[in-house]
Amino acid sequence: MNPIRRTVFQAAGALAAGLFLAPLRALAAWNKEAFGAKTAADALKIIGVAGSAESKDIAIEAPQIAENGAVVPIEITSNVPNTRSIAVVIEKNPFPLAAKFDFGDGALPYVKVNVKIGESSFVRVVAEAGGRHYSASKEIKVTIGGCGG
Amino acid sequence: MAEPMKIRTTLKGDIAEVRVLMVHPMETGQRKDASGNVVPTHFIQEVTVKVNGRQMLEAQISQAVSRNPVFSFRLKGVKAGDKLEIAWLDNHGERSQSVTAIA
Repeated sequence: MNPIRRTVFQAAGALAAGLFLAPLRALAAWNKEAFGAKTAADALKIIGVAGSAESKDIAIEAPQIAENGAVVPIEITSNVPNTRSIAVVIEKNPFPLAAKFDFGDGALPYVKVNVKIGESSFVRVVAEAGGRHYSASKEIKVTIGGCGG
Repeated sequence: MAEPMKIRTTLKGDIAEVRVLMVHPMETGQRKDASGNVVPTHFIQEVTVKVNGRQMLEAQISQAVSRNPVFSFRLKGVKAGDKLEIAWLDNHGERSQSVTAIA
């Protein structure tokens, strides 16, 4: 193969790789520090929640008693106007921060997800709206834990 | 290769309820296998939802999400036929993407 052709191919390859990777780089990187935090307070601090006001506008639908901690359905609705994100913290889990959802234009501040709960714990939901934080919590009792196996 | 996701949408007016199931072990790093060795962490970290190429939702999740994760989301201002793209990326750099039309 002649060297010029090779260069052209290499350049095209690099460009294609760049185009493929570009949209992924636009994502915020996974928050390793927050997800690695061992306490709920630390995890919340790292994601920028210094304090939050208890709010009745956040609804948490979850079983009071979960027989199987490996699969606990949690349904969250924020009725706080302009909610941009929702963080889910399972206080007694080894790594309490379970998930953070960022809602763009068009996505309603609602999510349903199945989570693992190691032992009976409060589940705290923190919603961010207009730069302020609002929270609600619910205690879930677990008969069989969901983290070991 | 990751197995394809199962996506179901229900359109009510201009709001679509999206339910997605991802096939993934979501290993916590705390479980031991039959011979007593710790099974290393393997879990989805990021989920993105796009409609007609525009990102509507992004989630960062931990190993606390159950095995074979199921999520429900609600998207407003959408119509039948809109292109829905859901993608995930796990801690091993493995990724999966599924595309469907809102119905």
